Amino acid sequence: MTREIEASADIPVVQIATIVPIMLTVGANRIVPGIAIPHPVGAPDKGDEVDKAIRREVLERALKAIQTEIKEQTIFNK
Amino acid sequence: MAYKVVCYINQFFAGMGGEEAAHQEPFAKREPLGPAMQINFLLGDEAEVVGTVVCGDSYYGENIEIARERCLELIKGFSPDLLIAGPAFNAGRYGVACGDICVTAGEILGIPTVTGMYYENPGVELYSNKTFIVKTADSARGMKDALQNITTLSLKLLKGQKLRPAEEEGYFHRGIRKNFFYEENGAKRAVDMLLKKLKGELFKTEYEMPTFKKITPAKPVKDIKNATIALVSSGGVVPKGNPDRIRVSSAESYGKYDISGIDDLSPEIFESIHGGYDRVWANKDPDVVLPVDVMRQLEKEGVFGKLYDYVYTTTGTGTSVANAERFGKEIGEDLKKAGVDAVILTST
Amino acid sequence: MRLELREVLIANVKWGERTEVCDGVLFVNRNEAISYVSDDPRFEYVDLDLARPGESVRIIPVKDVVEPRCKLEGRGEVFPGFIGGMETVGEGATLVLKGAAVVTCGPIVAFQEGLIDMSGPGAEYNPFSRTSNVVLVVKPKDGLEKHEYEEALRIAGLKLAYYLADKCRDAKPDRTKVYEKGSLDEENAKYPHLPKIVYFCMSITQGLLHDTYLYGADMKHIVPTLIHPNEKFDGAMVSGNCVSACDKNTTYHHQNDPIVEELYRRHGKELNFLGVIPTLEDTRLSGKERAAWFNAKLAKLLGADGAVISEEGYGNPDTDLCMNAKICEKSGIKTVIISDEAAGVDGKSQGLADATPEMDAFVSTGNVNEMVELPPMNKVIGYPEAIANLSGGAEESLREDGSMFVELQAIIGSTSELGFGRIGARWV
Repeated sequence: MTREIEASADIPVVQIATIVPIMLTVGANRIVPGIAIPHPVGAPDKGDEVDKAIRREVLERALKAIQTEIKEQTIFNK
Repeated sequence: MAYKVVCYINQFFAGMGGEEAAHQEPFAKREPLGPAMQINFLLGDEAEVVGTVVCGDSYYGENIEIARERCLELIKGFSPDLLIAGPAFNAGRYGVACGDICVTAGEILGIPTVTGMYYENPGVELYSNKTFIVKTADSARGMKDALQNITTLSLKLLKGQKLRPAEEEGYFHRGIRKNFFYEENGAKRAVDMLLKKLKGELFKTEYEMPTFKKITPAKPVKDIKNATIALVSSGGVVPKGNPDRIRVSSAESYGKYDISGIDDLSPEIFESIHGGYDRVWANKDPDVVLPVDVMRQLEKEGVFGKLYDYVYTTTGTGTSVANAERFGKEIGEDLKKAGVDAVILTST
Repeated sequence: MRLELREVLIANVKWGERTEVCDGVLFVNRNEAISYVSDDPRFEYVDLDLARPGESVRIIPVKDVVEPRCKLEGRGEVFPGFIGGMETVGEGATLVLKGAAVVTCGPIVAFQEGLIDMSGPGAEYNPFSRTSNVVLVVKPKDGLEKHEYEEALRIAGLKLAYYLADKCRDAKPDRTKVYEKGSLDEENAKYPHLPKIVYFCMSITQGLLHDTYLYGADMKHIVPTLIHPNEKFDGAMVSGNCVSACDKNTTYHHQNDPIVEELYRRHGKELNFLGVIPTLEDTRLSGKERAAWFNAKLAKLLGADGAVISEEGYGNPDTDLCMNAKICEKSGIKTVIISDEAAGVDGKSQGLADATPEMDAFVSTGNVNEMVELPPMNKVIGYPEAIANLSGGAEESLREDGSMFVELQAIIGSTSELGFGRIGARWV
C-alpha cells in the first residue's frame, strides 16, 4: 500500500511499523520502526505522559524522514 | 530408532486463545500439541514428535531477539533431527515467527526445518530462501493437506532423499537453481512454448526475469512549514460502529474519514476493528495506532503546515496483495488531487 | 529444395584393413586415415585413437566434434568453403554415418576446450559419450601460432569426417530422412493459416579463437543473412571456437541442429518454418545493435510471426540475446529464448549477465557452474593436465588418482543452447 501511494501520488510516504523486514520486502522507501505491533506510535503501558512523549518522538522522526533526500530504502532509527 | 521431530506452534493452535493470549511467553511440552498430534500420526513409525514449543505471536514479533533465543533453547533441549513450525497459513505475525525460528534452528542447530504458509504471507518473502516453506491454503481450512505435505517433505529430508524441483515438492523455492533432466529436449520445449505464446495460451517460462518491486523514492518535502500531511493507516482504526463495514481481516475496502476539528481520537468516537492484533490498547486510546492527537499538536505548534482533513484506514491482516495495491493506488490518486504533500502511514 | 539424409547406423568402431562399414561396425584403416589428414605442414605428427560408449576413457582437451558426412547426389560437397567449393548445398542426397563422430583433440592450451567421458556420471551430460568416436590428436610444429594451429586442427577434423563417409559411400543406408521445403511463396500458399516461424542461430564471433564459419566465411565480418535449413545438414556452419565447452555449438551440433529438426517436424502441421538466420555475437555494442536490428528486419521482411532465438556461450552474448528479444517483440514478432544460466556453484546468483522483460519465454539448458564429480578413467586420450586450463576447472580439479571435481561447463555440449539435451535448471 505504501509503495502504491508513493507511486501514484508522487509524494513521500513514510511508513511506521514494527516488523522492519516486511516493510523492506514490500518496498517502503522511508521506514520508521514502530514501538510495538498493537501500538506502533505510542507506549500506553508506560503511562500517559511517556506515551505521548514517545509518540511525539516517533512522529518527529517521521517528519524528518519526509524531508530527507534518499536514493534507496532507508530506515530512520532513533 | 525413529527420527526426533520438534514442532513449533503459536498460542492459538496450542488452544490457549487468540489475541488475548498473543503475549504468551515461550514454553515447551514433552508431547505433541495441536496440529503436532496429526503430524505425529502422519510421520508413522519412521519419526516421532518428541516435543512442542509454544510462543505467542505478539510476544515473538515484539521481542524477536529474546523470543528467538528462548524458543531455540527449548527446541535444543529435545535434540531434534528436524523442526516443523506452523503451518501459519496467511497469519502474518505467525508466519514471521515460524520463518524466523526455522531459519535460526537451521543455522544454529544444523537441522532441516519445514514450515507452511499461504503465498501472500509476508513470511514467504522473508524466509523462503532459508527454510522449506510448504505451500498451504490461506486458512486452517487447508490444515489437512498442509500437514500431509509438510510431513511428506519432512520425511524425505530426514532420510536424505533427493528432492525434485520445488514446484513438484510443493514448497516455495529457496532461490536456488539446480540442474534436472526434463522429458523433452530444449529445442522441443522452446517450440512448444513459442506456439503457445503465439496462440495467446498460458505458457510457463523456465527462468523468470528478475522483477524489482522497488520504486524510486519520491522527492522530499522542501517546505515543511507549509506542507499538508495526511495520515493513512492499515491498523483498523475507524469511527465507532464501523460505518463502512470494513472487514476485520482480508479487507476488500478502506474508509475515508473526516477528522477536521478533532484534536484527539477518544474511544467514544473511534475504535479499532483490526482482527490481527490485540486491540486493548488501541481501544483505550486509538491515537497509539492513528496518532491524530500529537499530529494536531505539532500542527498547532507550526512544526508542519496542515494536517489533512481526512484519514484513510483499512485493516492490513490477511488482505490480499492485489487489494492492498488497489487501495494504495486509489488513495494516492485522491491525495494527489487534494494537493497533499506527504503521508505518514502507520501499520500494526 | 529437397534433401535426403541417408543414414548408416554405426554401433561400434574398430581398426580394419580398409575403411568401411560392416554390420553396423565402422572399420577404419588407421594409416590411410592418418595420411589423409597429415599433409598439413603445420603438424609435427598426427595420431588417431578410438573411444566407444561405455569404455573407461576420458578425452581431453576436446576442440570440436564432427559427424562423418559426404554428398551422394546433388550439387556441391559437405562443409562448403572447406571441403566443398562455394556452390550452395542442401539439395540431393547426403550420406551420414549416424552414431559415429570425429573428435578433434589437441593442446591448444590456455583456450577453453572441454572433455568427454565415455562412461560414468560425466557421460550422462554428454551426447558424445554415446557416439563411437574416432579421436584425432595432433601435435603442432614448434612455435606454431595458436590461430594457425586452431585452423589446421579445424580443417583436419572436417577432412577426417569427410574421408570416413566418403570411404563408406557404398554402404546401404539403414534409414532415409527427407527434408523438403519450397520457396516462401509456395509454403505460404500451402499453409496460409499457420504461424510463420524463423530461427536466429546466434553464433560466437569474437575472434581470439572464438569464431564460427559460414561457407568458410568468418562470421564476425558478415551481417546476418538467411539460409535454407537444409544447408545446415550439409555443413554450411562450422565451429571454429574454443569457448567454454558446455555451450559451444560444435560442428556436430550444427549438422544435427535440434531446433531445425523440431521446426521441420512441425512444418506444415503446426507452423510454417521460414528459414534460418545465422547471426553474430559481436564484441562491440554497435556490432551487437547492427546484428539485432538486421535480424528483426530480416524476420519482418520474411513475414515472421515468431522467432526461436538460441545463444552460444554466455556473458556478453546475453546482451545480444536481450537485444534480439526486445527488438523483435517491439516489432510484433513473438520470441522464445534458449540459453543456459551461470547461476554460480551454489545456484544462487542471477543466471544472466543481462536481462530484459521481453525475454518472458525462456528455455533453460542448465546451470553451467554446478559441480560434478568425475571418477578416474582407465585411459586418457589427449592431455589430462589441460584440465587446469579448462573453463570450470582449476589446477586442484585434477586429483592424484585421476578423479576430478569440476563445473559442468568443462563437459562438451552439456548445456547446449541449441536445446540438444534434456537438461535444464529449475528452482529448488
